[in-house]
Amino acid sequence: MYVAVKGGEAAIANAHQLLADRRRGDRSLPAISIDQIVAQLGLAVDRVMAEASLYDRELAALAVRQARGDMIEAIFILRAYRTTLPRFGMSVPVDTAKMKIERRISATYKDLPGGQLLGPTFDYTHRLLDPSLLTDEPVAEPLRRTVDESSMMRVSDILAGEGLIESDGHMPEDHVPGDLTREPLEFPLNRDLRLQALARGDEGFLLALAYSTQRGYARTHPFVGEVRIGEVEVELDIPELGFAVSLGPVQVTECQMVNQFQGSAKNPPQFTRGYGLVFGQSERKAMAMSLVDRALRAEEFGEDIVAPAQDEEFVISHSDNVQATGFVEHLKLPHYVDFQAELDLVRRMRAEYDARNGVEKNDPIRDAAE
Amino acid sequence: MTDLATYNFAYLDEQTKRMIRRAILKAISIPGYQVPFASREMPMPYGWGTGGVQVTAAILGPKDVLKVIDQGADDTTNAVSIRAFFQKVANVAVTTKTREATIIQTRHRIPEETLTAGQTLVYQVPIPEPLRFLEPRETETRKMHALEEYGLMHVKLYEDIARNGHIATTYAYPVKVEGRYVMDPSPTPKFDNPKMHMSEALQLFGAGREKRIYAVPPHTDVVSLDFEDHPFEIQHFDKPCALCGAEHVYLDEVVLDDKGGRMFVCSDTDHCEDRREHGHAGEMLARQEAAE
Repeated sequence: MYVAVKGGEAAIANAHQLLADRRRGDRSLPAISIDQIVAQLGLAVDRVMAEASLYDRELAALAVRQARGDMIEAIFILRAYRTTLPRFGMSVPVDTAKMKIERRISATYKDLPGGQLLGPTFDYTHRLLDPSLLTDEPVAEPLRRTVDESSMMRVSDILAGEGLIESDGHMPEDHVPGDLTREPLEFPLNRDLRLQALARGDEGFLLALAYSTQRGYARTHPFVGEVRIGEVEVELDIPELGFAVSLGPVQVTECQMVNQFQGSAKNPPQFTRGYGLVFGQSERKAMAMSLVDRALRAEEFGEDIVAPAQDEEFVISHSDNVQATGFVEHLKLPHYVDFQAELDLVRRMRAEYDARNGVEKNDPIRDAAE
Repeated sequence: MTDLATYNFAYLDEQTKRMIRRAILKAISIPGYQVPFASREMPMPYGWGTGGVQVTAAILGPKDVLKVIDQGADDTTNAVSIRAFFQKVANVAVTTKTREATIIQTRHRIPEETLTAGQTLVYQVPIPEPLRFLEPRETETRKMHALEEYGLMHVKLYEDIARNGHIATTYAYPVKVEGRYVMDPSPTPKFDNPKMHMSEALQLFGAGREKRIYAVPPHTDVVSLDFEDHPFEIQHFDKPCALCGAEHVYLDEVVLDDKGGRMFVCSDTDHCEDRREHGHAGEMLARQEAAE
């Protein structure tokens, strides 16, 4: 007998209770603490901060725990909180030349002022499962260098000295940086908005697009001019005071990709740049971002637009994983009203088809029984 | 972190509400035109009604009575979830009765009962651009709307007829509003299109992920696109509702067993219950009562 489908608040409440149970897991094990997630799953926390556009390790760790380790869900939770926060103002541009460096490498120079600093990297580790991590074996203290207070010259500044690379570029005096969280995007975008979108874009999506440029879909001849990771000061101009006040340090990863450029009618042959800047330690994301940024500048340099990675509307419209996951997953919501409409049309067209082909008319609804 | 749980009335901060209200006013002034707005991340996923929720949050007052439906029903899971959200963050009165509601948020249906002056119908819209499947680029479709260049849509409908003998669009069937903008009515079945025409109620459309709001003010012309020799037609069902006996309403097909048994019942649950309360009985209900 037909039982009306009562979606019901009880069913939803029970489902959420079950979710809470699965999240907690085996009660005989201690619950994982937020501090532990911040300290020991730091790169997961960094990714959530970067793609949620909110620098707060504790809240990001809370989101990771609440999401049972599902990164996109965690990013979504943190974004939904971020959006309720008031915006006080705009910071002064951070000066990455003054970064307190933890890691800094360049692939374009063997040695350079400030040197190559490997820092805490997975590079050159052998990816062999490490049985010592099965237990809590003591870990030796790392070597530490004495703090160097002087700023570390950026590779782009070295090349700029010779005039061989495009400059940082200038925005018009009256240019107010866009904010994609407060204004709807309208294509084509300025580069500030584009970089904002890329900075919160999905790491996997940008990685795949960046990879595609290396495999010939809009090749940009890239070199890693520099990747640097460390802390920079965030400063806010307070109009009442007339000077900038430090709000505190944030950890960022910056990548300057150096790309070949043949020159055009307007510009002499020189190196061009792709830029990546991401909250936390996230080298893969910063590098992918800089490759995609450079590919998206095709029009600016008069290059042919032939590949997906060069197509701004395509890239930026699909880089946001919170939007993407919502829309893909909404397909599991009921669609039976629309499906009914389609069913009706297909049945009608099928009946006409059968009539044309001399097939005896069956009651389509009874078909299954016969 | 203790103040994490405090939110403004109806969740959104007043500044955001003002921004959304401005977009709504603009949308009402230019019927059928898609107004870009700075859509916020809502605490439910994109594609699950964030546009409708933002519109409702921006127009909701403490004295409003809210009804939320999905597929025409008040008790589908997402409708339950959105209704619970507004009860929680705005503490407003809610109802399942169409005529008692001042604001009705809907996904995929327009209630069977004719809406009246003073009521507002808020649609959740996934893809606001009716031309999107013909032209994926926003930069192009905006131009097409500006130039009133809708030939492509007519060609598509014509090709449907040439190929299938029918216009193969059964839901989200494009309409022209007040003789100017071609508009997506959201994925309601085309059965509901005539209800939009000259409605006394205000109709607002919110697309959160795509960041667009549009509107059909009361007493506005809404015409489904068609051809003289292939006029627009709505779906017809062979049988009345098996529970309340209603005819000329949209029905859901319910599979009863694995032997091909089906029944058709009202998609609008409030309408169906109301009729049954007034003594109407369909075939299935009559049979059930006879058995008891």
